[in-house]
Amino acid sequence: MRQPKKQISSVEVRSFGHKSNLFFNILLAIFAFSCLLPLIFIIIISLTSEQSLLADGYQFFPKHWSLAGYEYLATMGGQLLNALGITVLVTVFGTLVNATFTSTYAYSISRSSFKYRKFFTVFCLITMLFTPGMVANYIVMTNLLQLKDTIWALILPLAVSPFNIIVMRTFFKRQVNESIIEAARIDGAGEMRIFLKIVLPLAVPGIATISLFAALGYWNDWFNALLYIQDSHLVPLQYLLMKIQSNIEMLTQNAAQGAQYAGGMANIPQEATRMAMVVISVLPIAISYPFFQKYFVKGLTIGGVKE
Amino acid sequence: MQGVNSTVKAKVKYKKRHPSFASRFKSNLPLLLFVIPGAIWMIFFFYIPIFANVVAFQDFHFSAGGFLESLRTSSWVGFKNFEFLFSSNAAWVITRNTLLYNLGFIVLNLIISVFFAIVMSQLRNKRLIKVYQTSMLLPYFLSWVVISYFVYAFISPNQGLINSLLTGSGGKAISWYNAPQYWPFILLFIGTWKSIGYNSILYFASAMGVDPTLYEAAEIDGANKWQQIKHVTIPALVPLMTLMTILAIGNIFRADFGLFYQVPQNSGSLYNVTSVLDTYIFNGLTSTGDIGMSSAAALYQSFVGFVLLMISNAVVRKIDPDSALF
Repeated sequence: MRQPKKQISSVEVRSFGHKSNLFFNILLAIFAFSCLLPLIFIIIISLTSEQSLLADGYQFFPKHWSLAGYEYLATMGGQLLNALGITVLVTVFGTLVNATFTSTYAYSISRSSFKYRKFFTVFCLITMLFTPGMVANYIVMTNLLQLKDTIWALILPLAVSPFNIIVMRTFFKRQVNESIIEAARIDGAGEMRIFLKIVLPLAVPGIATISLFAALGYWNDWFNALLYIQDSHLVPLQYLLMKIQSNIEMLTQNAAQGAQYAGGMANIPQEATRMAMVVISVLPIAISYPFFQKYFVKGLTIGGVKE
Repeated sequence: MQGVNSTVKAKVKYKKRHPSFASRFKSNLPLLLFVIPGAIWMIFFFYIPIFANVVAFQDFHFSAGGFLESLRTSSWVGFKNFEFLFSSNAAWVITRNTLLYNLGFIVLNLIISVFFAIVMSQLRNKRLIKVYQTSMLLPYFLSWVVISYFVYAFISPNQGLINSLLTGSGGKAISWYNAPQYWPFILLFIGTWKSIGYNSILYFASAMGVDPTLYEAAEIDGANKWQQIKHVTIPALVPLMTLMTILAIGNIFRADFGLFYQVPQNSGSLYNVTSVLDTYIFNGLTSTGDIGMSSAAALYQSFVGFVLLMISNAVVRKIDPDSALF
């Protein structure tokens, strides 16, 4: 027989009453929508005809829609494809390098049998206390390493993340039991084999998280390009967007080489094209992050900085 | 007899604990190799640049012969660069802007994201929470270049939505990129808006970790919702709030370059309210070419930042050792 007593579930206990629940839902919904609104606006602008843009400015409900911006992008080819290629290359290669260097370093300093563990832990922690500063980094990159106008200038500055090393060290300590490693060693496995066959499979969630952060960092990076890149063949997508923002004529200058656009030079839909490029640069992130979101959230809680 | 025995034992132990340097090195070699790439990176991107800060005491000029050659050929000027920096009006403006904006961000971020986190943790509709969180995270994942396009779409002087609404209702269009009085609000708003999603999820995770029986106990004791939040949820969030605040105070001398450079589009007439240490250093380095002055500003920034981090950590360690960074 069921007890007549009212059951209180844990959801009930920590929830608002129905009225305040509705109120706060509306409040949060408004803020959440405000975070999506600008992107929706940019997409609408990219789909507006140039005449509407010139006559009425940017509007949420334009008079005339048009795909001209995207059509022009397709004919533009060269510059855009090149920038996209650089961004993809830097993101893929950089993420691999970052994930490898960060996790191997973190793994070593997480092992209590590693003799120089203390030294390298402190060696890494010190880098988090003090920043060398933009000027010093610039001088070392350009004058000492001579990396100006090379692809390395886009990859190396983000190749290791000391903060992630410390986070991953805690993660390894928690996830990988020393006794498993000891057992494998007694069975005759070398360190490399232990790392690849035993440690890595256990550390997949952590490595996925730091890789995602690294990939995002590389995809969104324009600062290193701003500092170190002048060669137009090495310009990544974000930096191209930045240059076009301050100088929209760059779009037409580029067209002079191609000049394939059916509408002719005078009718190039500059405004819509520019916004279409923004949409293209955002799309990969906007589509993929909801699926990776749980890793990001996990990454935040993956292990406090301290043990 | 016993005494002799124990010394022999001790000797054996002693030998066991100290194998020769070579064999110790060999057994640690694989793990050492794992560390090497990261360590080399730290040398080139941290330890050498730290040393390179000596250019702040030089009249530095680039030499084609490499870094050491440049160091050797540039003359030492002592604290001249710092004297120039601090005698200019700019030093005061950039310090003021950096500090005030970051202070604003710390306060706004803390209050709003803790508020959102608590609200989310108390909502009844779990699926809606997911939707809210996903939407709120979007700005965090976008670059400042993209965000600056967002801002531009609204406040562009010719085509911007706000100006066309203003003129449509009979008002006058505002030349936003030449109107410094609006920018403190714009920058504070955009900066907070971008990071609120990330921060509130951080606090949300912490708030969801609170033991539900605590709420039950509070309810039985007759606590209403507000009292439950005040006495159960907020105390549970305090350690994270402290940690985030120390980190932020340690970084209070470091401004988000993208926000202050890209969003106002480096507009000269806004410098008084938008220029911060980072943009000043960057402009000195790239456009005016005054390396001495900007390296002095950079060293000033790093040094004060370091001192602030140390102080805030020491204060926290005194209040609550568990929340301290180190």
